[in-house]
Amino acid sequence: MASSPAGTLYRGREGMWSWVAHRITGVTLFFFLFAHVIDTAMVRVSPEAYNTAVETYKNPLVGLMEVGLVGAVLFHAFNGIRIILVDFWSEGPRYQRQMTWAVLGLFVLLMVPFVIRHLSNVFGH
Amino acid sequence: MSLTTIPKPRSPYTAGKSNNFELNSWLFMRGSGLLLVVLVIGHLFVNLWQGDGIQQIDFAFVAGKWASPFWQIWDLAMLWLAMLHGMNGLRTIINDYATKGGTRFTLKTLLYFATFVTVVLGTLVIFTFDPCIDPASTLEVCTNR
Repeated sequence: MASSPAGTLYRGREGMWSWVAHRITGVTLFFFLFAHVIDTAMVRVSPEAYNTAVETYKNPLVGLMEVGLVGAVLFHAFNGIRIILVDFWSEGPRYQRQMTWAVLGLFVLLMVPFVIRHLSNVFGH
Repeated sequence: MSLTTIPKPRSPYTAGKSNNFELNSWLFMRGSGLLLVVLVIGHLFVNLWQGDGIQQIDFAFVAGKWASPFWQIWDLAMLWLAMLHGMNGLRTIINDYATKGGTRFTLKTLLYFATFVTVVLGTLVIFTFDPCIDPASTLEVCTNR
């Protein structure tokens, strides 16, 4: 927290850090989306071109990066719902801090089974 | 005359040539965001969770999905909403951090161009997809006709 009244706009804690994470995950997803539309466009070239492109996603290292990607999607999705609640629910601003922890709880709840299943798909073949 | 006219203190405030663009884009982020939660998580569930997950993805998998108008519309909606949502998000970020006029203009031009190309390319791919693009295809849709 800023100690001086004229210190900074950035107040730290759940509100600021969820905002920072929302921006970072958002930009990450936008750049991935750009790449993802181009790799999918390979279906218009030939089945081989598409299969080669999608083979990259089955590489173990890229498979690990997909965990980060899905993590970015889930955080951005749940925190987006939190933002909507802060804006439109009359009690939203009062509970924004608790809702950040709910977002993180839901995130962990879905990420744990996903990571197990996805990594066993990536490394189990 | 280059004198600035100062309005009377009690005169009502009139917004100049402003419009509701920023309000509408703010609303769009919330509306499209809500739809994208369903569309993207559904996409991840079908492609990464069900079956063999990432290992099942190949040309035949895409052909199987896009044989149904349901998934064509799903993917089309996802493409348009996600690109416009992302474009608008990046526009906000450029407005926040790029302070020089020239930098803002360059970054936004690049952003709008990349968005336009991606949306047009993706839309064309969905609408012109041909599961039998390979004449020697052994996919069921191609051998049965």
